[in-house]
Amino acid sequence: MAKADFQVPELKQYAEIPTIEPGVMAHSAPFKSKEEFQGALGFPGTLVDDWQPKAIAKMGDLLSRYRSLRVYMDSCVKCGSCTDKCHYYLGTKDPKNMPVGRQDLMRKVYRRYFTLAGRFFPKLVGAEDFTEEVLDDWYSYFHQCSQCRRCSVFCPYGIDTAEISMAAREIMDSIGVGQKYCNEIIGKVYKIGNNLGLPGPALADTLEGLEEDVFDDTGVEVKYPLDQEGAEILLVTPSADFFAEPHVDGLIGYGKVFHEAGVSWTLSTHASEAANFGMFIGSYENMRRVAMRIREAAIKLKVKRIVFGECGHAWRVAYSFLNTLAGPWDFLDPRYPVPQHICEFTYGLIQEGKLRFDKTQNDDMVLTYHDSCNVARASRMGDRPGGQFDIPRAIIRATCNHFYDMDEETIRDRTFCCGGGGGLLTDDLMEIRVKGAQPRVEALNNVMQEKGVTHMAAICAICKSQFTKVLPYYGMEMDQIVSVHQLVSNALVLTGQADDDEEDTVEDEAA
Amino acid sequence: MSFLSSVYAYLYYFAAFVLIAGLIAKIVQYARTPAPLKIPTTPAPTTRSGVAFRITREVVFFESLFRGNKWIWIFGWMFHFGLFLVTLRHLRYFVDPVPAPLQFIQPFGVYGGIAMVIGLAGLWARRLLVDRVRYITSLSDHLILGLLVAIGLSGLMMRFVLHTDVVRVKEFFQGLYVGQINQLPADPFLLLHLFLVAALMIIFPYSKLLHMPGLFFSPTRNQVDNPREKRHIAPWAQRMEQEQEAQ
Repeated sequence: MAKADFQVPELKQYAEIPTIEPGVMAHSAPFKSKEEFQGALGFPGTLVDDWQPKAIAKMGDLLSRYRSLRVYMDSCVKCGSCTDKCHYYLGTKDPKNMPVGRQDLMRKVYRRYFTLAGRFFPKLVGAEDFTEEVLDDWYSYFHQCSQCRRCSVFCPYGIDTAEISMAAREIMDSIGVGQKYCNEIIGKVYKIGNNLGLPGPALADTLEGLEEDVFDDTGVEVKYPLDQEGAEILLVTPSADFFAEPHVDGLIGYGKVFHEAGVSWTLSTHASEAANFGMFIGSYENMRRVAMRIREAAIKLKVKRIVFGECGHAWRVAYSFLNTLAGPWDFLDPRYPVPQHICEFTYGLIQEGKLRFDKTQNDDMVLTYHDSCNVARASRMGDRPGGQFDIPRAIIRATCNHFYDMDEETIRDRTFCCGGGGGLLTDDLMEIRVKGAQPRVEALNNVMQEKGVTHMAAICAICKSQFTKVLPYYGMEMDQIVSVHQLVSNALVLTGQADDDEEDTVEDEAA
Repeated sequence: MSFLSSVYAYLYYFAAFVLIAGLIAKIVQYARTPAPLKIPTTPAPTTRSGVAFRITREVVFFESLFRGNKWIWIFGWMFHFGLFLVTLRHLRYFVDPVPAPLQFIQPFGVYGGIAMVIGLAGLWARRLLVDRVRYITSLSDHLILGLLVAIGLSGLMMRFVLHTDVVRVKEFFQGLYVGQINQLPADPFLLLHLFLVAALMIIFPYSKLLHMPGLFFSPTRNQVDNPREKRHIAPWAQRMEQEQEAQ
């Protein structure tokens, strides 16, 4: 069990709604960004002198540019429907982690400076001046939101706290109060091409290593091409896929699927990152700059299609925003959606009967599936609403014999965030990450007890990294989290694969 | 007494102006503020008619609230549906002659009034009893609940205890259409009731009561889920692109 200098929440058999404990998480705040990281993104390096009027002006600017923010500031009636829906509230008991509590941190400032009632009767409507204490609270609690949108599912007006925490981070960045983790990473994308700062030669090296591994394993020459001009498909995947477990097993899986499909594909050093942390900091400009790299790579490599690897918020930006940010994509093959998710691609092949699986290869695992928040509530797969739930499950069922879902209240569009999304996947936020994981880990624990589940599959790099790190705090093993395409990779029988019990059939087919 | 009638007449002109002008101003503001990104909470409808159906379900049945919290849903829906029936019942003061459907609805309006007060009581109780809801409640939330309960109770008092001369009340409001101030009955419950309703009309565009138009403009609920098929771009984002290309 990992050691913690804070109280790790207890896992219960039935979910409980805790009694509020005001202020218990006020101390939690990520490292502040430094001048060197801020500049590359177009933000001031440190807190500007006249920060208060500047922040209020920025808020006015965002209110005029984002209908979501404008409507959500006005519409909340404080009904309480969202109060027990945030995983960070459930895990920490701090009422400022209730969605409405978090929104109110901004709403009280909005009311003070932008509404008649707040200007004249601040006490009456809970309006407050934008003081340094309020700014501290903002920095602390707007970095305890993973922008997972679970609250927006249950709000009668669809108020999405993610929109508000994005706006808050944008306002803070504009006065020089940035978060180190996100802003440093975005800088790396601009400079090198991916979040992890892996240069081209390192990528080439890694991919070569993967080709060797797969060959040793299967006897089949599966390629993992990089910067190959004229390839049919550009694969854009989170950079964690290039080296970390269990991510890399997923990447091996994508390559095998492309190989079996007989389609040419390539990765790009220029767009070697699916993630787009511009979204986390609410910066349209930075989000667009990151997204444009994919357009540039697609043009340069003359590809016909774009496919995204397993990454949650990346898929949100890809599915929901890419056309807006970096479109139109009229130079790509119009027969395919732009972009496609690797799960859509694999599922399509399964439907066509083009993939052959030996499910027993996954018999050492009993699986459940974690719906990643951004995929579940901010995107879609396939042509029907809800495909984002059904397609990954269909892939798991096609590749595994043993699969059980977690409690209905905690999956599909009611899924709990892993606790590490939204730019919180950094060691300086370990306490909130562990506590925020509690509702998901509790549901996992229950299905482990009841159904003997051993592993949880996911299609998000952040979820995978987060669970690898936090599961040990709850007495579980770090390798209990697996990639969906890792399961595909295990079970997929490659054409020509030297496999003892499959040899005959393969030969038959070849003849 | 005609002084009091004049005061109420001008109060209602003022209240109606504030309500209508304020709401129009807010609706125009919402409508003119762009939604730069596609952010429907998914699974979301993929067609406009699907979106209309989704919004209808939210407006009529409070679908999301139903999924969120059954107690708030029961009390909230009771209150709103009751208020809807009460409003229909009250239309008889504002139209002449009264059409048959409005005559038919009259008794249901009374049940609506009772349901409305019970619903409000339930919502208020939650504000006092549930620690999470107590934490997010500000003074204005109590005052708005108090205002609505007082409107409901003063109305029910006139229905069940101290009747007022409804014919003259109707004459008063009909007169306002043509700038003529007719005598209003000087019954305390009527005057209280009318004063509170005018107050509600005045605060409407300046308070959380804006949730009513807000729901229709909520991008997580009113957007079609078709970002891959159709490029969605806000005017300011388009300008930004053009400026960057020009550089």
